[in-house]
Amino acid sequence: MEDNLTLKKLKEKFPDYVLDAGEFRDQVYVYVDKRGVLEVLNFLRDDAQLNYDFLTDLTAVDNLGKEPRFEMVYNLYSIKYRHRFRVKVSLAEDESIPSSVEVWKTADWHEREVFDMFGINFEGHPDLRRIMMPDDYPGHPLRKDFPLQGPEDVDYEEMMKKHLKSD
Amino acid sequence: MGLEEVLVDTVFGTTVDKAVNWARKNSLWPMPFGTACCAIEMMAAFCSRYDLARFGAERMSFSPRQADLMLVAGTITHKMVPVLMRIYRQMTEPKWVLAMGACASSGGLFNTYSVLQGIDRVLPVDVYVPGCPPRPEGLIYGIMQVQQKIEQDKIAHHVTP
Repeated sequence: MEDNLTLKKLKEKFPDYVLDAGEFRDQVYVYVDKRGVLEVLNFLRDDAQLNYDFLTDLTAVDNLGKEPRFEMVYNLYSIKYRHRFRVKVSLAEDESIPSSVEVWKTADWHEREVFDMFGINFEGHPDLRRIMMPDDYPGHPLRKDFPLQGPEDVDYEEMMKKHLKSD
Repeated sequence: MGLEEVLVDTVFGTTVDKAVNWARKNSLWPMPFGTACCAIEMMAAFCSRYDLARFGAERMSFSPRQADLMLVAGTITHKMVPVLMRIYRQMTEPKWVLAMGACASSGGLFNTYSVLQGIDRVLPVDVYVPGCPPRPEGLIYGIMQVQQKIEQDKIAHHVTP
C-alpha cells in the first residue's frame, strides 16, 4: 500500500480530503471527504501519471445501523497504464453528493441506478430519474430496511384500474 | 329428419355452438409474450420438430389484434404489467390466456420486490403450464387444454346484454 503511486499522489495533493486508506487483496482504496470528491476524481482522471480514464463502476453500499449509513464507491481503471483504484465516500442518510457525470459520462446511468436503488441524491445530475423500477414504485429496493419481497400492501385491483385509465 | 334422407351425404346438421367452437379451437392464433427462457421453449414448440401448426396454431401473431390466445412465457416484472395489460386489451374477443412456466404462473423462483407473483393477479388465466421451463410437449398439452375449454364454450356466454 505504501508504494502505491496513486495513493501517494493523492495524499500529497489533497491532505485535507484524504480521510483514510486501506488495502484488500492488493486492491487499494481511499476514503475521500465529500466536499472534495469532484476535485479528487478530476485529478485522478487528468494526472499524466495516473490517467484513470475509465469509470468501471459506480455504486453504493448501505451499512444499516452504522453512521454514516451509506458509502459511495467509484471503481476506476486506467486503460493506458492498466491499473485500478477505488475511491469511497461516506454519506449520511438524506445527504446528497455532487454528480460525477461531468467527469465521466458513464456515471449518468450508474448514478440513476444508485438513485433508484438507494435513494441517494446527486447534485447537478442532468436527468435524475429512476432507471430500473417503475416511476411510481414506492421506496428504494436495495436499502437494507426495504422488504425483500416488496411492500406487502400492493393493491392489484388499484393497479389494474390505473393502467386501464392510462390508455 | 326427412331432409337428410333426401340429401344423404352432401350436408349434415349441427349446432352453431359446435360449428363455431370447432373452427375456433382449430385456428388458434397465439400472441407470444415471451420474456425469458420459457420463450425459447415456446419457439421450439413452434419449430419443425414439435410443429405447433399441427394443432391449428399456424403462425405466431405478433400483432395482438389478429390473435386470440396469449402465451405469457416468462417472468413478468411490475414494470412490464402495463405493457402486458395493454396488449391483452388490444386482442379481440373471444380471447384466452395461457400462463407458461413457473414465473408467469406464480412468480416462480423470483419471490422478490420487482416481480409480479403470477399473472393471474392482473389477467384472467385459462391454463397454467407448470415447469421451469416446460418442455414443448408441456406447452402443446397446455394448448390442447385450451382447445378443450373452447370446445365447451357457449356463444350465449359471450353476448353482452
